[in-house]
Amino acid sequence: MYPDNYRYSKEHEWIVVDGEIATIGITDYAQQELGDIVYVDLPRPGDSVAAGKSMGSVESVKAVSDVYSPVTGEVVESNAALTDSPEKVNQDPHGEAWMVKVKLFAPDEVNSLMTVADYKEYLAGKE
Amino acid sequence: MIRKVRSHVSQNESLLFELSAPGKVAYQLPELDVPPVDAAAALGAANVRDEVAGFPEVSEVEAIRHFTRLSTHNYAIDYGMYPLGSCTMKYNPRINEAVARTEGLAWAHPYQPEALSQGAMDVLAKVEDALVEITGMDAVTLQPAAGAHGELTGLLLIRAALEAQGNPRQTVLIPDSAHGTNPATVTTAGYVVRNIASNDRGMVDLAALERDVDENVAALMVTNPNTLGVFEGNITRICEILHARGAMVYMDGANMNALTGITRPGDFGVDVMHLNLHKTFSTPHGGGGPGAGPVAVKKRLEPFLPLPRLRRAAEAWTWDYDRPQSIGRVRAFYGNFGVLVRALAYIMAHGGEGLRRATLDAILNANYIRKKLEPYYDLPHKAPVMHECVFSDDRQSARGVRTGDIAKRLIDYGFHPYTVSFPLIVHGALMIEPTETESKQEIDLFVDALISIAKEVEEDPELVKAAPHNTRVSRIDEVTAARKPILRWRP
Repeated sequence: MYPDNYRYSKEHEWIVVDGEIATIGITDYAQQELGDIVYVDLPRPGDSVAAGKSMGSVESVKAVSDVYSPVTGEVVESNAALTDSPEKVNQDPHGEAWMVKVKLFAPDEVNSLMTVADYKEYLAGKE
Repeated sequence: MIRKVRSHVSQNESLLFELSAPGKVAYQLPELDVPPVDAAAALGAANVRDEVAGFPEVSEVEAIRHFTRLSTHNYAIDYGMYPLGSCTMKYNPRINEAVARTEGLAWAHPYQPEALSQGAMDVLAKVEDALVEITGMDAVTLQPAAGAHGELTGLLLIRAALEAQGNPRQTVLIPDSAHGTNPATVTTAGYVVRNIASNDRGMVDLAALERDVDENVAALMVTNPNTLGVFEGNITRICEILHARGAMVYMDGANMNALTGITRPGDFGVDVMHLNLHKTFSTPHGGGGPGAGPVAVKKRLEPFLPLPRLRRAAEAWTWDYDRPQSIGRVRAFYGNFGVLVRALAYIMAHGGEGLRRATLDAILNANYIRKKLEPYYDLPHKAPVMHECVFSDDRQSARGVRTGDIAKRLIDYGFHPYTVSFPLIVHGALMIEPTETESKQEIDLFVDALISIAKEVEEDPELVKAAPHNTRVSRIDEVTAARKPILRWRP
């Protein structure tokens, strides 16, 4: 379920790094808690995002929730497909429903995030 | 067993536009007894409006039936208990309406000269005085039109006062048990929100607070009693911690129905707070209200209150606009005047002793429900509660039934749902606030309904998950409605 090569944040975002570009989305746990997603609001290319700060929001029938950037950097691409098909976040949160690609300011920052084992343990603590 | 309601015929109703037919009217005017005037000739053709195209035309009885039928599709406090936690959906006594319709008050115009407005101004002064006495604060502005508007006004007052000292500071602390509007208010007022976690009793953690208050903190926004219905027993100490570091305490007074006549925020150190007259003081709530969110302050904040201020000058009331430190107007004119009149009627009809009794009854009702339902629903926080109680759906969710399902089943039993999934610090919350309005008979029916639903969850969870069964419409497709909304009657 949770890919081994991803890192995870306490706010339930995932991140995977390829060179100096990181791809970010929300986890399966997050989409389950939110329920049916009806709208996704993402930053635009060129926007700066900061670790731990809100970079956008997801709206479900229950609530609107912030999406926090797990890292600091500049957005190079956001997933326009989610505007028309927000349900993808429910269907494939770790794949097709990636949210933004970010050029990292400090690639090391990713190492401070949870590994898949850490995240699974973190989720177990929430039960 | 469902005891309170049974199904009965409820009529379908078209839109007024669909009932319309050309030439139908709902009025009959007497013959014109003066010479007719051509408006276009008298005023100039450019100033005369054409007929409004597409306006519905129906007869009087059709208009009456239309709205009466629609009203039967609704639920209201005048039908029965409305236990929405945190909303204080109390009955609005009819005496409020009678008083608000007093000719001189109902027809007062805000542009009337002061000399002709003395009665209305006297009413405003009496409301201010009553709220000062009830809150233990020093001064009140009646301008804010609702609770969140009062919150924003309060934070702007804090900002203005700190700015006058040279530094408005940057952050505002909010406990995780606070009202949902608080973080939005803080952001709108230009501050940064910092959340502080509650302890296991659902209260502000003093040690964490000591650690979190630094010279960047402008204020703490605290709801007391909080959204768990728990009174912050350490509120005096909390205020001391903030004050020692030059910060202020804002109290969200939405839950004032638990305190009125018993204790006063001004006495335990609060610097500024708002009241929701449409909650605590029985003015209409929901359906557009309108609301009223007066803000009460301590002396040091008084110079910054919105202008104009009521002032007594030479035996008469006057509006004082000479307030150089004021944050300015926050609303046109003087607040929602008709609502303020209703609140004053409520306060005066009760008197001090009556308000206190209402508070005690509200607390008794909430604790009675808590005790009765505790064997059937999980109670995550055991601290004593005031005017509301919060259960979780822990036991029922093991059977696949969530708080929203139980709420929808409650509709079949003839009750408005409680507040669902809030506060967020309780997973799957059922938040129940009966207010003092309800009799023991009505509350017992409500308790029996929830107990009966708890049994249904054990025996036939699908029955609850597919509820409501007895309403005009059952579950609507909320997801498609949100993803692909149809916002026009006709394309």
